[in-house]
Amino acid sequence: MATPKIIVVGGGLAGLSAVIKIAEMGGSVDLFSIVPVKRSHSVCAQGGINAAKNLKGEGDSTAIHLDDTVYGGDFLANQTPVKNMCDAAPGIIDLLDRMGVPFNRTPEGLLDFRRFGGTLYNRTAFAGATTGQQLLYALDEQVRRFESEGKVKKYESWEFLSAVLDGKNVCRGICAMNLRSMEVRTFPADAIIICTGGIGAIFGKSTNSVVCTGSAQSALYQQGAYYANGEFIQVHPTAIPGEDKLRLMSESARGEGGRVWVPKQKGDQRAANSIPESDRWYFLEEWYPKYGNLVPRDVATRAIHKVVYENELGIDGQPMVYLDLTHIDRKILDKKLEGILEIYQKFVGDDPRDVPMKIFPGMHYTMGGLWVDFNQQTNIPGAFAAGECEYQYHGANRLGANSLVSCIFGGFVAGPNAMRYAKNLPAAASNGFFEAERKRQEEMNFGLMNNEGTENPFRLWRELGELMTRYCTVIRYNKSCREADSKIVDLLERMKNVNLSDRTQWANTSVVFTRQLYNMMQLARVVAQGAARRDESRGAHYKPDFPERDDKNWLKTTKVSFAPDADEPRFQFEPVDVSLVPPRPRRYDAVK
Amino acid sequence: MAETQLQTETHIVTQTPLRPRTKTVVFKIKRQANPDSAAQWECFEIPWKPGMNVISSLMEIATNPVTTGGVTTSPITYDANCLEEVCGSCAMVINGKARMACSALVDQLEQPIRVEPLTKFPVVRDLAVDRSVIFENLKAVKAWVPVDGTYDLGSGPRIAPREQEEAYPVSRCISCCCCMEACPQFNDDTGFVGAATIAQVGLFNSHPTGKALKHERLAALMGDGGIQECGYAQNCVEVCPKDIPLMRSISEVSRDVMLQAVTDLFRR
Repeated sequence: MATPKIIVVGGGLAGLSAVIKIAEMGGSVDLFSIVPVKRSHSVCAQGGINAAKNLKGEGDSTAIHLDDTVYGGDFLANQTPVKNMCDAAPGIIDLLDRMGVPFNRTPEGLLDFRRFGGTLYNRTAFAGATTGQQLLYALDEQVRRFESEGKVKKYESWEFLSAVLDGKNVCRGICAMNLRSMEVRTFPADAIIICTGGIGAIFGKSTNSVVCTGSAQSALYQQGAYYANGEFIQVHPTAIPGEDKLRLMSESARGEGGRVWVPKQKGDQRAANSIPESDRWYFLEEWYPKYGNLVPRDVATRAIHKVVYENELGIDGQPMVYLDLTHIDRKILDKKLEGILEIYQKFVGDDPRDVPMKIFPGMHYTMGGLWVDFNQQTNIPGAFAAGECEYQYHGANRLGANSLVSCIFGGFVAGPNAMRYAKNLPAAASNGFFEAERKRQEEMNFGLMNNEGTENPFRLWRELGELMTRYCTVIRYNKSCREADSKIVDLLERMKNVNLSDRTQWANTSVVFTRQLYNMMQLARVVAQGAARRDESRGAHYKPDFPERDDKNWLKTTKVSFAPDADEPRFQFEPVDVSLVPPRPRRYDAVK
Repeated sequence: MAETQLQTETHIVTQTPLRPRTKTVVFKIKRQANPDSAAQWECFEIPWKPGMNVISSLMEIATNPVTTGGVTTSPITYDANCLEEVCGSCAMVINGKARMACSALVDQLEQPIRVEPLTKFPVVRDLAVDRSVIFENLKAVKAWVPVDGTYDLGSGPRIAPREQEEAYPVSRCISCCCCMEACPQFNDDTGFVGAATIAQVGLFNSHPTGKALKHERLAALMGDGGIQECGYAQNCVEVCPKDIPLMRSISEVSRDVMLQAVTDLFRR
């Protein structure tokens, strides 16, 4: 039979992992990416990648990694795929090591491991403070090798618009737009894999890259794919506030001994360095003596919120707390954290080796995403998904350094399964669906270009971001989540009155962005409504009116489908696979 | 034509000293509608905010794309992604220097801030350029470790911490192409491959498994456009946003290329 043709959308860790597996199995890959794949958002991951290699004599094991991950995710993750990931992780590290990733080493020349949040073991392999960049480059290089052998064709500067579905709703390819020529074209494939990452742009400012709009997964959701656990949004406790984005200050800063504190005295005007130990409040260490500064992200984020908004002890009355590394030897900091310290120094202007950093929680990651089965396939036959854009591995909260491993593992599962699917795929009855889909997308572009409205899409985006950050992140109330949803409906209405100040047919970023914005709004409703519905607190989802986890009613996956007739999300719930680790209360103030 | 426009815009700015007391920032941005059209300058004045950088300013302009002359224009097209100086997208010429726009803090720049596209690469539109040449170069020098496959083959080679510390800085290259922009030898006449690619050759040649392709990589750097074109101007090191020891890489690889050229000669 003919060589299977697989389309991979997105060239971050998940996409490139899938590409490599497919090329290795003899398939032919078309790889689509908005940016040159080497510039994908995976490069931003700093701290490391988890694998229970047990190289520190601590008795770590993949079973404990599974337990930490499931427990950290507050028992919302299906446990079978999590187990598979944890079991595969040590082999993935070995592979990356063989590919030349410059992981930090022990004196004996073995891989070094550090400790990350939500575990008591040194389980995180790292390459300086730019682990994501180093992993992405290793995979990018392997894909370039396959590209030079003719097994992979890259379509960079192309954006996914939609899947092409046949009359039986089987995925037969994609429709994409060239971001320079604005050409809209369809591409046939036996299967597609969506690896389009996070949705940070829905929250305006986040730690995500510009391309992380969630547009592709939203488009697929609007075409009938389920979206799962959308309400679970991770807010990273330590981000550097900025005008254009919130820059991440990696958890590794705490992993290497960084301490979070505020002055005990409200309105203390002294410079951080001149405040004596006795006048500092190390609130994480006080509240969580066992894990200290390395409690999981949701716990740390809520603690910082409490100190700033309830105790009113933010630095200078501002929403900021100190993250202090100044007690650590400069040489050690340079060796282990140089990359992240450089970011702070470059973007803030102070040297964190001398002055404690000022940080505040920022939207960072979506645990939710496209619903997939254990083979990484969505409910649309032939459409697979891997990486942050799907929901499978992190439950209600992701542990630090589990994202990189979940991306690579997801790609490694999706690629071969897409190949298997492709080999058994009967031909489509007709191919008229391609032309119909292309026309539908071109009409959308035409409509936007010729709309004589008054709304500026970039300003609408700011409103959306402020709305979502305010109502749908750290602390949630039913009333405000519902209010957010109805305001998104207003924004969608105003979208109809949009006016693009750019109407040219070449590299028109306004058209591209407006299309993304529409998709962001549709997905924002899934987040807001999901948050309103789930009346409990679990992982990153916290409601003061329902402060406890409620396994009786809510130990279930949220599964949302789009109702085109009503133009809104429809909710259903399915049971969680808890076959391996029985749910137990999640507490970090005591031994688990 | 372009210069005339610039002067007109400057004139407008200097003519309005009595604006409200809010602090503002003035930008002059070189724009070009497509690869074939002529470039022209547009001037913008936007509210100052603490911590702002060139990218946040371009975002601000997009929310209200009106020049200081009161002309409604289009949002500016530019490449940007991570905004943390690690994806390599947003290289531009800012006040005459090739650098990353996301880390170009407005408070540290002289105004008006002049922003232009990189000059050594074809302009796509406005500040966006086509830098695909860097990826083609990386392909030509086989910048990868030739692993047998992704199936389980156990752990990688042992590497001493000292070796890792040598490799890591070079592995942080973000392919932004600032080194090529700044290099006097990087032009159509020489076809010079540029510092970034040479440094990657050094990186992969020093890896225990990567060095299997050392011969082919060095061969790719011989002849026209190869490493011999380097004039040791050292501009690359000056502009590299990641402080990569490019000159060290170039001299090491250069030595290897020469050694191999001599060896090849005697083997013939």
